[in-house]
Amino acid sequence: MVKTYNRIERIKGSIAQVKAEGVMLGELAQIKMSDGRSTLGQVIGFNGDRVSLQIFAGTKGVGTGDQIRFLSKPMQVNCGESMLGRVFNGSGEPIDNGPEIMAEKVDIGGPSFNPSKRIVPKRFVRTNIPMIDMFNALVISQKIPIFSISGEPYNELLARIASQTDADIIILGGMGLKFDDYQFFKDYFTRTGAMEKTSMFIHLASDPVVECVLVPDMALAAAEQFAIKDKNVLVLLTDMTSFSDSLKEISISMDMVPSNRGYPGSLYSDLASRYEKAVDIEGSGSITIIAVTTMPGNDVTHPVPDNTGYITEGQFYLHGGRIDPFGSLSRLKQQVMGKVTREDHGDLANAMIRLYADAKKARDRESMGFRLSGWDKKLLAYAETFEKKMMDLQVNLDIEEQLDLGWTILAQCFDRNETGLKNTWIEKYGKWDK
Amino acid sequence: MDEKTKGIIIAAQGNLVTVRFDGTIRQNEVVFVKTGGQSLKGEVIEINGNEAKVQIFEPTDGIRYGDEVVFEKDLLSVELGPGLLKRVFDGLQNPLEDIAEAAGYFLKRGIYLPPLPRNIKWQWNPTAKVGDVVYRAYFLGWVPEENIKHQIMVPFNFIGKGVVKSIAAPGEYTVEQEIATIEDEKGNVRSVNMINMWPAKFALRFGERLLPTEQLVTSQRIIDGPFPVAKGGTFCTPGPFGAGKTVLQHQISKHATTQIVIIVACGERAGEVVEILREFPHLDDPQTGKKLMDRTCIICNTSSMPVAARESSIYMGVAIAEYYRQMGIDCLLLADSTSRWAQALREMSGRLEEIPGEEAFPAYLASRISELYERAGVIKLYNGEQGSLTIGGSVSPAGGNFEEPVTLSTLAVVGCFLGLSRQRSDARRFPAIDPLISWSKYGERFAAHGDETMKTRLKIIEKAQKMIIESDEIGKKMSVVGEEGISIDDIVTYLKGEFYDAVYLQQNAYDKVDTATSMDRQNEQLGIISKVLDKNFKFDDREKARNYFLDLTDKIIQLNYLPREASIYGEKKQEILNMIEGE
Repeated sequence: MVKTYNRIERIKGSIAQVKAEGVMLGELAQIKMSDGRSTLGQVIGFNGDRVSLQIFAGTKGVGTGDQIRFLSKPMQVNCGESMLGRVFNGSGEPIDNGPEIMAEKVDIGGPSFNPSKRIVPKRFVRTNIPMIDMFNALVISQKIPIFSISGEPYNELLARIASQTDADIIILGGMGLKFDDYQFFKDYFTRTGAMEKTSMFIHLASDPVVECVLVPDMALAAAEQFAIKDKNVLVLLTDMTSFSDSLKEISISMDMVPSNRGYPGSLYSDLASRYEKAVDIEGSGSITIIAVTTMPGNDVTHPVPDNTGYITEGQFYLHGGRIDPFGSLSRLKQQVMGKVTREDHGDLANAMIRLYADAKKARDRESMGFRLSGWDKKLLAYAETFEKKMMDLQVNLDIEEQLDLGWTILAQCFDRNETGLKNTWIEKYGKWDK
Repeated sequence: MDEKTKGIIIAAQGNLVTVRFDGTIRQNEVVFVKTGGQSLKGEVIEINGNEAKVQIFEPTDGIRYGDEVVFEKDLLSVELGPGLLKRVFDGLQNPLEDIAEAAGYFLKRGIYLPPLPRNIKWQWNPTAKVGDVVYRAYFLGWVPEENIKHQIMVPFNFIGKGVVKSIAAPGEYTVEQEIATIEDEKGNVRSVNMINMWPAKFALRFGERLLPTEQLVTSQRIIDGPFPVAKGGTFCTPGPFGAGKTVLQHQISKHATTQIVIIVACGERAGEVVEILREFPHLDDPQTGKKLMDRTCIICNTSSMPVAARESSIYMGVAIAEYYRQMGIDCLLLADSTSRWAQALREMSGRLEEIPGEEAFPAYLASRISELYERAGVIKLYNGEQGSLTIGGSVSPAGGNFEEPVTLSTLAVVGCFLGLSRQRSDARRFPAIDPLISWSKYGERFAAHGDETMKTRLKIIEKAQKMIIESDEIGKKMSVVGEEGISIDDIVTYLKGEFYDAVYLQQNAYDKVDTATSMDRQNEQLGIISKVLDKNFKFDDREKARNYFLDLTDKIIQLNYLPREASIYGEKKQEILNMIEGE
């Protein structure tokens, strides 16, 4: 029973009000405009027979006499193998000129995972990027943002992670992407062959804001379907600040009282309900989330990074094209470092960071014109090697090679008794001459 | 029984629906919305004529105009009785483990299971006799639950004087079986079982309130020392993200010397609850020798679970804790985090289009917060026994800035403020409670009521606190003028402050021994520290002073890692004492 209505009574922001009967909260509607365009909308409320519809493509050009059909189903996303290698917009329609997807559909924004069924995560995720694997190892089911500012190569970093990781499936959710960035992801994935296991949900900066808000739900609902079928899924979301800004825009246009800097009071819950989709299902698949959060004005106390920091399990800071080893933290790393990975992993990583911190101080002394000791000079040489061989985002090595490289760098720069590392490790893994 | 009032949905937005009803209803009454074959729980939050606004505790997709609504008469209630310990509930007291069994990995909506297990038989030991005159909350008998005597009480909603008409013989009973009958003043005889219901948002308190004067030992030195908490008192732990709030809460929940711990995970990560769930069943409770989980009950409404149930989750937790207090038991409630709870209030207030206060929080935020913390306290029961409920809330202020409504309102009502700071956590000084901003109002009270040991202890701590403040000022000066501009005496003061910080205030949560320090051992440590603080050191130069304190600090930290039973403990301690004497 599909009813058609053609009387829109009120249009404001992205919301249109129409008189209709028997509609459900969350139900989808199709709007056919007089110029031949067609868009979807979702019922976000009703009062008597006045139904409020949020129009995904925005209300620009929507006429009071346009045809509205209620579809008796909520927002859904395609799922399954046929999604791989494909690109969709925020409404879930293919935008890669490929064929229509004929697959099972599931509702987006489904129920949350029962906390009592969760397990302590302890499976290691390989990204082959030393600043991640070696110093802040990721664990399956972790959710972690990259805090960065506009202009930093965070999308390049995501693309590298996607093509180097051992995850079974990659789902990219792009929000407010520039066309160049979108094309970059597509080209990069095609070139590296990662596209075969990737599915992309893209909202471009020029697309309507409502679609931006749908992207994470789409991406995560699709990921969930893979995860319950034993796949380890890596979800990449860029940029969650665009997502939050879209929420802000919509909530203000709906006359909701803003809380902090114009963001809705529900920002924390809105972000958390997406990030909490990360999960490791016992005996089955998993969802791991790496997101980008650009910090307006490089201010970590801005509501978006601040709320994100409370939700996620650590963060990476991307500064000057490098992952900053000091502010960055993976809260779950101790679950795998030295336990799943090689036994010397934790101690070696700590020693290298400690020495790098000392080297930074030596560098300060140098820039202030102090005379440098022999030890200072050693540290400076170490810092340079460390930055070139380990911090460079282009480096692509697996964790065992990274650990060996670490020992090699230490052996090049220091004597064996200068690193403060346990003798047992030095004997077993050190690269000094015997 | 009267017919239940019914109504229909006439408007909906988000999880707020408007219902037109026919009959009488109550504010905050529980309702069920029948939609698509499911019934969704909700609560009346506004009444206007024959229309009521109802907040639904679950996702509302699929609700239609005209859906039937049933009003249940009862306010949102918590089910109390044996079988609460070791369990995990959501914010509506749904048992999550049972739900997982019934519905699988995901929390499908519309599933409500009884909180107390109906099939377990409890060993009933009656203490009341036929003919006894009783009032509500009087004990009728008890059943053993884990390591406590779980008292079965006269129902809390029993009005006036009652007479026990019959009492079940000792034996095994389920919670639903009758264990007594009581006749009220009007001559009605009421059947009583082990289940007691209570509206969660009202304080459950029968007895006289007493001033909290006894210390709650948390085994965390920085708390027990300068910023102690009282049994029946309140404290809060605000801090920015990554400062170690959760680790601190876990530490307190593990090591606090209390009989029952209720943990409310309110709007935080599910992962944090998982750690407790997987860890506690294996950790020993040093007081009883049983497992930590045996004394714990968890209310878990994590960040992705429905926001409306997040608001009720804290009340559920408090009511359960109050219930155990009513048995003459010491309880501790830890809520992580009250900011998420306040945000839930804010979201609902926004939907009700109430005039917002500061940062869009509702104007009644402060009164709700004080109402909550006021439910803590010591009470004297009808039989002279005492029970206490201590409430500790963590606060997650935006941007780590304490000048925000939730932190400020909380500080106005709590007895102890444990402020975590980013600077301390960045400097890896854990627990990152900042000794310069934190305070406790209980210390003085303990001094007035405590014995000699307590008085000596408090004197040393006071002295050390002064040292910390002085040391901090000297440190600041030093960073401006350099070490050369500071007199050697000041350097020593500075080093003494740092020394006290390193060996007493800082504590390694990940070390088997250092993770918890008994009161006795703390007093011993303070004895050593006092000697150092009092000593008038004379050093030739700054380097020597620095090295001396480095060495001393390291020695004491090593001692902190040693169990007191260790054979070399005495020897190591003597070594330190000699070092202080000799210098």
